[in-house]
Amino acid sequence: MKEARLRVDWILCDGYGLCGGLAPDLIDLDEWHYPIISSEPVDRRFMDDAQRAVDCCPVRALTLDRTPPRPRPGPG
Amino acid sequence: MPLLEHSERMLDGPPLDGRSERLDAHLARLGALPRGADNRDLIPSLESSGLLGRGGAGFPVGRKWRALAERNASRAVVVANGAEGEQASFKDRVLMAGRPHLVVDGAILAADAIGADEIVFYVGSEHDAAVLAMSRAIEERRAEIGRPVSVVTAPVSYVAGEATAAVHYINGGDARPTTTPPRVSQRGVHGLPTLVQNVESLAYAALIARFGERWYRSAGRYGSKGTALISVTGAVRESGVREIELGTTVGEIAAATGASPSGVQAVVLGGYFGTWAAAGNVWGLPLDPAIMQSRELTFGCGIVGFLPTSACGVAATAEIMAFMAKESAGQCGPCVYGLRALGDATARVAGGRAGAEELGQIERWTSQVRGRGACHHPDGAAQLMTSALNVFGDEFVHHARTGRCSITSARIEAA
Ligand SMILES: Cc1cc2nc3c(=O)[nH]c(=O)nc-3n(C[C@H](O)[C@H](O)[C@H](O)COP(=O)(O)O)c2cc1C
Ligand code: SF4
Ligand code: SF4
Repeated sequence: MKEARLRVDWILCDGYGLCGGLAPDLIDLDEWHYPIISSEPVDRRFMDDAQRAVDCCPVRALTLDRTPPRPRPGPG
Repeated sequence: MPLLEHSERMLDGPPLDGRSERLDAHLARLGALPRGADNRDLIPSLESSGLLGRGGAGFPVGRKWRALAERNASRAVVVANGAEGEQASFKDRVLMAGRPHLVVDGAILAADAIGADEIVFYVGSEHDAAVLAMSRAIEERRAEIGRPVSVVTAPVSYVAGEATAAVHYINGGDARPTTTPPRVSQRGVHGLPTLVQNVESLAYAALIARFGERWYRSAGRYGSKGTALISVTGAVRESGVREIELGTTVGEIAAATGASPSGVQAVVLGGYFGTWAAAGNVWGLPLDPAIMQSRELTFGCGIVGFLPTSACGVAATAEIMAFMAKESAGQCGPCVYGLRALGDATARVAGGRAGAEELGQIERWTSQVRGRGACHHPDGAAQLMTSALNVFGDEFVHHARTGRCSITSARIEAA
């Protein structure tokens, strides 16, 4: 399986923090209940949790991204 | 200012007194715009010139044009970005107002090189002289431009100049960033691949097209070649726009603008997005993007702001953070709440109303907002805040402990 990273669409995310409850090992919540997520690939052991959090996000703001990260802000 | 004279390239010509250079004068001074048989000829030349984007991120201009020229889709759009919502920057408005035809030249060359069907000049609506000059320049050259062209005035806001916000606004939406991907180079104006390029970047491309990359690279003292426009503000006799050879030092700029080493405490480099540095550490610093980056400083959009010794760095930082919080486009929770929390806490420290625990919170919020927004606005704010804590750390602690500012040494009036 390819590496995957959790990604948040910050414009969509409503900050109810549902994802934090479903994948506590992967997702912290800040004091406003918005997720804090590592930019590292998801540890295989927690892949199921990650998928469940993605599936349960009510606004589809959370995704599992299997493309490698962009190193730098690139061309607009 | 002899030091800067030999570096005047873009600003060569009539004085920048608010009057714009007319087309006949522009042509008499620089000659006709070379438009080669193969429109793509300019791309390799731009690539080897080393020209970097001047809107803040410093991405290589030639590489960006090549990526767009090699797209799959047939149609494309060029956006000349002259929004300039950054408070401390005025080089773009001065350039557009004074040398509008150089900006038009660059946009035409970009459209030729990438094969674009339309050009949009996106100009900050508060920059009256720039809007007027660009509009008039376009009218004079409609036939030569040879494709639909327009001036769209950008609303007064800091994030309106961010590439996706610009495209969203031009497309009829509000001037707020949109989620990437898609990037504007994939789907931008009218859904077409779009080159968003800062107006200064375009104007330099127009000079490189005329005089070549070797000429461009003949200036530049260290690794980064060429010249750049900078905006000088703060504790100087003459604030304003200068053109410098890259590698010119902060101290030389101070000398040329009338800032004395004893009168300056710190320097903000790159903009509100940028970094603070203690004056003593950077007086000899070359303004060279690569060298600055290696020292965790930013060239950004070329701002050099001198903070006088009589001013409080904590208060100056609080002002910037309040601005950054206010200018959040209000879409992404961590940016909205995080920057507000940072702005409020910094204001409390500056006002002598914070306890020591508040400094820990500021550090935590600063590291927390990074990377958590649709655009780089929170990253820029975090970068500025991190540098403030480094440079003014003792003063932050002193404010928090005693409720006093050691610069003004008076008890701060609780606001
Ligand atoms: C919050 C924010 C505001 C920006 N404002 C401007 C602006 O006013 N003008 C500009 O040219 N670029 C601005 N940028 C950068 C643009 O997104 C884009 O990178 C730039 O226009 C590309 O041109 P360049 O490569 O020539 O620098 C801004 C970026 C951010 C994150
Ligand atoms: S569940 Fe979705 S909307 Fe809710 S906080 Fe998590 S990412 Fe945001
Ligand atoms: S990060 Fe901030 S400024 Fe950028 S789009 Fe989101 S809310 Fe707007």
